[in-house]
This record gives sequence, structure tokens and C-alpha cells, in this order.
Amino acid sequence: MLDILSDFTLQNVMIGATLLGIISGVLGTFAVLRKQSLLGDTLSHAALPGICIGFLVAGTRSLPFILTGALLAGAAAALVVVFLTRTTRLKTDASLGIALSVFFALGIVLLTMIQNQGNAAQGGLDSFLFGQAAAILRSDLYVMGAITLTAVALVTGLWKEFKLISFDPSYARTLGLPVLALEVLLTTMIALAVVVGLQMVGVILMAAMIIAPAVAARQWTNKLGVMAALSALFGVVSGLVGSVISASATGLSTGPLIVLAASVIVVTSLVFAPETGLLPTALRVRRDKFSLKSRLVLGTIYRLAAEHGDPAYPAEQAMIDAFHRTDTSAVLSRLEQRGLVRSTAHHPEPTPHWVLTPKGLEQAQTPLDQSGETQ
Amino acid sequence: MDDRLVTAGLHEPGLAVHVEDLTVSYHSKPVLWDIDFDIPPGVMAAIVGPNGAGKSTLIKSILDLVRPTAGHVTIHGLPYRDQRRKVGYVPQRSSVDWDFPTTALDVVTMGLYGQLGWLRRPGRKDKDRARAALARVGMEDYADRQISQLSGGQQQRVFIARALVQEADVYFLDEPMAGVDATTERTIVKILHGLRDAGKTVIVVHHDLQTVRTYFDWLVMLNVRVIAQGPVAETYTAENLRRAYGGQIALLDSAATLTPVD
Ligand SMILES: Nc1ncnc2c1ncn2[C@@H]1O[C@H](COP(=O)(O)OP(=O)(O)O)[C@@H](O)[C@H]1O
Ligand SMILES: [Mg+2]
Repeated sequence: MLDILSDFTLQNVMIGATLLGIISGVLGTFAVLRKQSLLGDTLSHAALPGICIGFLVAGTRSLPFILTGALLAGAAAALVVVFLTRTTRLKTDASLGIALSVFFALGIVLLTMIQNQGNAAQGGLDSFLFGQAAAILRSDLYVMGAITLTAVALVTGLWKEFKLISFDPSYARTLGLPVLALEVLLTTMIALAVVVGLQMVGVILMAAMIIAPAVAARQWTNKLGVMAALSALFGVVSGLVGSVISASATGLSTGPLIVLAASVIVVTSLVFAPETGLLPTALRVRRDKFSLKSRLVLGTIYRLAAEHGDPAYPAEQAMIDAFHRTDTSAVLSRLEQRGLVRSTAHHPEPTPHWVLTPKGLEQAQTPLDQSGETQ
Repeated sequence: MDDRLVTAGLHEPGLAVHVEDLTVSYHSKPVLWDIDFDIPPGVMAAIVGPNGAGKSTLIKSILDLVRPTAGHVTIHGLPYRDQRRKVGYVPQRSSVDWDFPTTALDVVTMGLYGQLGWLRRPGRKDKDRARAALARVGMEDYADRQISQLSGGQQQRVFIARALVQEADVYFLDEPMAGVDATTERTIVKILHGLRDAGKTVIVVHHDLQTVRTYFDWLVMLNVRVIAQGPVAETYTAENLRRAYGGQIALLDSAATLTPVD
């Protein structure tokens, strides 16, 4: 294991994955909260024609050209979306969908065209579809690092502005904030994050890196700052886990593994997060149901006692069962554990009987909304 | 000082809000048509009209959130963009996502972002001001509560506190009493009356015709055009209501009979 970690290529991949995790986690937080998940998807798919054009212009697989092309293509796609929503009746999601398909289709056409040229330098251009982490160079990391640092600095500096335009953009405008400029800035940074992720995970899966960590983080916290930090952490963890697994099991490509790791974090969060998770919610519902049921059973014993004018009236369990049309023994033993009822023998009947304890009597007399048991 | 000097360059400085020839279209269909209206300072004014009459659009176009096809607006004699600081806005509650990860106090603090300027984060003083505004709407105990865990009425009060903290001169509120409980409605009306009594101008899109005469002293009736405007006593008449609502609601007749005919 340590051998793998000291491997130079793997070090590069891990640094790249860390940077990608940070930038996509932080920006994804705002994308998800602004309901712009599809924007990340569009920007990343739209990068493909830009990659091809960058390649064609440079005549070789030159990274600066390719990344610039990707960025410009993302910007063009964003402009198309703005144009479509402003001038037609199309809603934003429809416009995003159209831009995504058209740009991606164009990218695929260009890609096949380049490949059919049989140009020796075209080798591996299709690696931008799903990423090729092992091809990352130290010099690429400097570019990725600079972009990530800029994004984090901008989000930190413009924190309250980004928060407000995400929560209530109209109100932000009445306060005099340049909302449009801030939105363009956020979108540009997402396009930059896509550029950072191109080599790692590729244009197809990049959107998942923007959405997944943020969605997972939202499950665990109600604070925006914590959400952004947690989202970055989830992004980094998926990046590192994906890189290490890929390095240990040869033949598995890094990008998809990173996205799979992120997906595992999402599923885990959706199931286990204390407030919103499926499991805790189900347990809470069960507990509430149980406590409501025990209220009702306690009430039944109380009414039987009241009808017989005897607070210590032993109620036969079969009667309670019949009244509630279900087996109440689980509920009764819970009530017994809490000292609210006591089982008793009632000769000559051999069946179980239950009596209210003084505490149970008191509780049965408390109105439901004051008992503190519901809710 | 010479009065003319002071008012030089001002347009209708005696009015809190002055709207002239305002027309707004969505997709070339006019939703507001040739609107002229004035609101004097220090009144509590209601804007009423049927659903889709353009009430929200009117407020949004006054606040530059919607671009009008024609017309102009002044606030205390100057265009809105020069008077931003003097204007507070309470949007319709449904206009934001209440699942956003933030607390009541944080939302109220947002009212100060315009004054804070770039790069500055809200400090203790700002938080104290926000807390005081929350206390004014009776929400001090909910400062740290996640906003999704507030009732509709409590969310509305948080929105009002956010506008209060701006310490504006003119307030626009879009249906602040829609879907809130009776206690919240009483609290809101009391706060708004307090603002008016302190000389502020309060303009409220209001949906409940029954309470217009008890809450408000000025009225604008709207249905794409301005149907009537002026002091409530003169404007709230059966005839005007019928013209605004087109007799579409049976309730109208009972509301109109509340008007003493003298
Ligand atoms: N963003 C929009 N795009 C297109 N039409 C709109 C938009 N907002 C409002 N409208 C239309 O404009 C009219 C006025 O709407 P609005 O100002 O919300 O009315 P009110 O607040 O009086 O109910 C309605 O017919 C509504 O459908
Ligand atoms: Mg409205």
C-alpha cells in the first residue's frame, strides 16, 4: 500500500483529485442550492466541442489550447441558454437540455472527424470523454491548483453576496447587488471547475462531481458554511478513494471510480443522515406510532377502570386486544417497563390481566397535548 | 433656504411614490397598462385587485425588478436607483425556497448586506441589530431556528424583520397577510401602523377586502389599469369594487355594503 502511495503518477493523480474535490464541492453547493444541477451537466458536456476545436487549432494535443477551448465552449453554451430563455418561451431546464444535446452532439461529430483523419497526434483525445487521470502532469496540477485557489478565494470573499443571490436574488437586487454579474461569475467558476475535472473524470461524468458531494452534504447540516466545507470534504474523499482503488486494481479507470465513490457517499447520506435520512426517519415514524399506540392502550385500560369505578381494575389482555383489533402485548410490556401498568393474576381466569399503576393512572388522565409524548 | 433650490432637480418631491404612464408587458401582452398613481408620504396604502391584476408586477417594476415598456417612477422625488437605501421590500413568501440552509437571524441580517459593502462580513453589531428587528416582530426566541422549521406566519415575520432592519422610509410588502394565523396578522398590522405613525410610507398588496377599511388609510384599486385611488373612505365603494373585480365574487356585495352610503 505504501509502495503505491509513493508512486509519482499516483501522487499526481491524488493531488489532482483533491483539487477537483475541493472546487467541485464548494461550487456544487451553490449550484445545487440554486437548483442549477443541470447547468453543471450542460457546461461539462458542452466542453467537448471546445476540446476538439482547441485540438484542431493547436494541431496537437496541447493542454492550454484544449482547456481554453473547453472554457469558451462552456461560455458559448451558457450564452445560448440565456438567449433561449430570454427570447423564447422555453423554461431554463428545457434550454439547458437543448444546449447540452446540441453541443455534445457537435463534440462527438468533431471527435469522430478528428479520429478519422488518422492524425498521429490525435491519440487519446477521446480520453476526455471519461478522463484519463494517469496522464496528468505536474505542470497540469499548477493550472488546476491556481483555478481552485481562485475559486475558493472568490467564494470566501463574496460569501454573503453568493449566499443572498442563491437564497433570494430579487431581494438582493433591491439592495443594489449586481446580481447578474455575480451569477455570471458563479457560472464561469463552474465552467472552470469543469475544466479542472476534464482530465480526471471527463465531460460525461463531471456533472456528478459537482452535484453528488453537495447533495450528500446537504443531508447532514442546516448551515451553508458547513455544507460547503462538508461538500468539499466529500469531494476530496471520493477523489482519493477513487484514485487509490484505481491504482491498486489495474485496469479500472480512475474517473468512473471517483464518481462511484461519490455516489456511495450520496446513498449513505440519503439513508443514514440523522434528520433527513430514510432510516432515521423510518425509525422516528415507528417510534411515534408506537408512542401513540401506547397512549391509546393506556387510555383503554383507564376507560375500563373508570367504567368499573375501580382504579385498580384488572383488564383482561384479550379484551384490550379485541378493542384494538391487534396483539397489544409488545405495547403492554413497553408500558410495563416504564412503570405505567402492572400485570396481575385475576383468579380464577388464567389469562393475563393488566392494572394501571398510580403513575399510569396519572398519565392516562393527562390530556394528550400536555403529555409531551406526542411529537 | 429657498424652497425652489432644495427641490431643484426633483420630480414630484412631495410624494412618497409617483408613478407615471407605467406600462409592463410579458411576452408582448400588457399586464399593466398606462398606470398613473401617487402615494403621499406617511400613509398606509393598500393595493387591491383580483388575481393576475398585476399587483406584484406593479411593485416589481417600481423596484426595477421588472423592466417596464414605458413610464417612470420616482420615490420622494428621485428615481428609484438613487433612493434604494430608502426603500424596503418584503416579497411574497412563496418567492423563495424555505429549505435553504440558513437561520432566521441570518435571513434578517441579509437586510444589512446593502449597507455592509463588499468583503465585509456582518459583525456583532449587525447581529445585534438583526436580533432587535426579530424582537420587534416577536420572533427573538427563534433567532437560531432553521427557517424550514418555522410556521408560515413566523416565516412572514422573519421577512418583515429583514425589511425593518433596513430602516427604510418607504416599505413595499407583497401579500404579507396571506396564509398567516390571526396572531401574526395582528402583529404585522401593529408593526405597520407603528411605521406609519413614525412618518414612514407603507404600501401593501392586500388580498382581504374585508379588512381594507380597518387597516388602511389609502387605497389603490388595480386591474391591469388603475381603477381608483385615494383615501380609503372615498375610494372603497361598491361601484369601484365592481369595476375592479367585475362582479366576479359574490363576497363583493357583502364587502361593499360595509361602506356607509352617505
Ligand atoms: N414572469 C412572468 N412571465 C410571464 N407572465 C407573467 C410573469 N409574472 C406574471 N405574469 C402574468 O402577469 C399577470 C400579472 O401577474 P401578477 O403581477 O403576479 O398579478 P397579481 O400579483 O395581481 O396576482 C398575470 O396574468 C401573470 O400570469
Ligand atoms: Mg401577486
